[in-house]
Amino acid sequence: MYAQMIKSEATQDDPEKLAAFQARIDRGEKIEPKDWMPEGYRKTLIRQIGQHAHSEIVGQLPEGNWVTRAPTLERKAILLAKVQDEAGHGLYLYCAAETLGVSRDEMTEMLLDGRMKYSSIFNYPTLTWADMGAVGWLVDGAAIMNQVPLQRTSYGPYARAMVRICKEESFHQRQGFDVMMKMCRGTDAQKRMAQDALNRFWFPSLMMFGPSDKDSKHSAQSMAWKIKMNTNDELRQKFVDQTVPQAEYLGLTVPDPDLRWNEETGHYDFTEPDWSEFMDVLQGNGPCNRDRLEARNKAWDDGAWVREGLMAHAEKRRAARVAAE
Amino acid sequence: MSNHAPAPYPGTGTPEGKARREWPLWEVFIRGQHGMSHRHVGSLHAPDAELAMRNARDVYTRRHEGVSIWVVPSAQITASAPSEKGPMFDPADSKTYRHPTFFDIPDDVGAM
Ligand SMILES: [Fe+2]
Ligand SMILES: [Fe+2]
Repeated sequence: MYAQMIKSEATQDDPEKLAAFQARIDRGEKIEPKDWMPEGYRKTLIRQIGQHAHSEIVGQLPEGNWVTRAPTLERKAILLAKVQDEAGHGLYLYCAAETLGVSRDEMTEMLLDGRMKYSSIFNYPTLTWADMGAVGWLVDGAAIMNQVPLQRTSYGPYARAMVRICKEESFHQRQGFDVMMKMCRGTDAQKRMAQDALNRFWFPSLMMFGPSDKDSKHSAQSMAWKIKMNTNDELRQKFVDQTVPQAEYLGLTVPDPDLRWNEETGHYDFTEPDWSEFMDVLQGNGPCNRDRLEARNKAWDDGAWVREGLMAHAEKRRAARVAAE
Repeated sequence: MSNHAPAPYPGTGTPEGKARREWPLWEVFIRGQHGMSHRHVGSLHAPDAELAMRNARDVYTRRHEGVSIWVVPSAQITASAPSEKGPMFDPADSKTYRHPTFFDIPDDVGAM
């Protein structure tokens, strides 16, 4: 899940308008950019879609780390295509957020100066090639869990962005699983690398869904507005239930001694991740927080001359065309 | 050059940040392989039409989603107002005879 701990904004609007708005959502109607909407709905969505977009963009960094070190040309081309898709996902989502009245550059600025967050998962390092397998399989897998139901979210532009994104995500997860299969069928050293990647990414992947929110006011409001479709616990359980058999298929061990199938509930029992670590990463103290923000700031600063130069060029050409007319 | 800055969005405007002068916004329309007409797929920022077209290809057609692209400056689009949905579209309400099902043609006549 790329948007974590989204606080919903209080809304102070005319109760009659609010009721009519809620009725539209309850009927399953889509809310479109120019429609009336409560201020809280608008602000919460900007925060949520913005955080999601930033996650797609920052999420390119841990994988970009391996583009030049991929083991074969084919793996390199595949990884590059995957990372390029993530850039596209960021762009689809920024577009959706912009329809709510925030500018693209303002969102960028809020990411760069730390006012807006991105998913905790991208603050972990990618140490070996097996991590490219683990990220595609687990991180994109967890993202899919969250994104599939969001295709039905109430805000039209967000829902449409999700439809596009979901079409592309299963390539991401499959290429990751394919890397894992290759490693697990390889030498003992390769198997150890695959196991090590699972060991390091298992709990951070479970954290992606955020802490339990079954009693959260914010979640209840977001669920009523249909900008959040499931509780964090529901999605996490679904992810564990789906992923454990896949790990077994690979011959890998999920790093949780208390993981077991519960005949009664029909689900796996598992150990919760360490939520104090999660909070610490959100506060900026994860292994890579500083690197990630530095990389984004550097890219933005280094690109300034390109953005300005292209704009100046476009203006010069426009002026020349006007003069010729 | 500031006269070319895009129209500010309501509730924004950060004069002294790092990110100030945005490229204008373009709306992207794509006609797919079997599509009958261009459909709106999203938007993007670009300094001019040429780059808007190139970016649209990279952002929206990485998997053969289209055989034709239109890019239009967002500022050039005039949209109907949601608040006028009633007066705008209700003239059609009373003209049910525009639909073929309005007319009962006896079965004996055959296909029509
Ligand atoms: Fe993505
Ligand atoms: Fe992905």
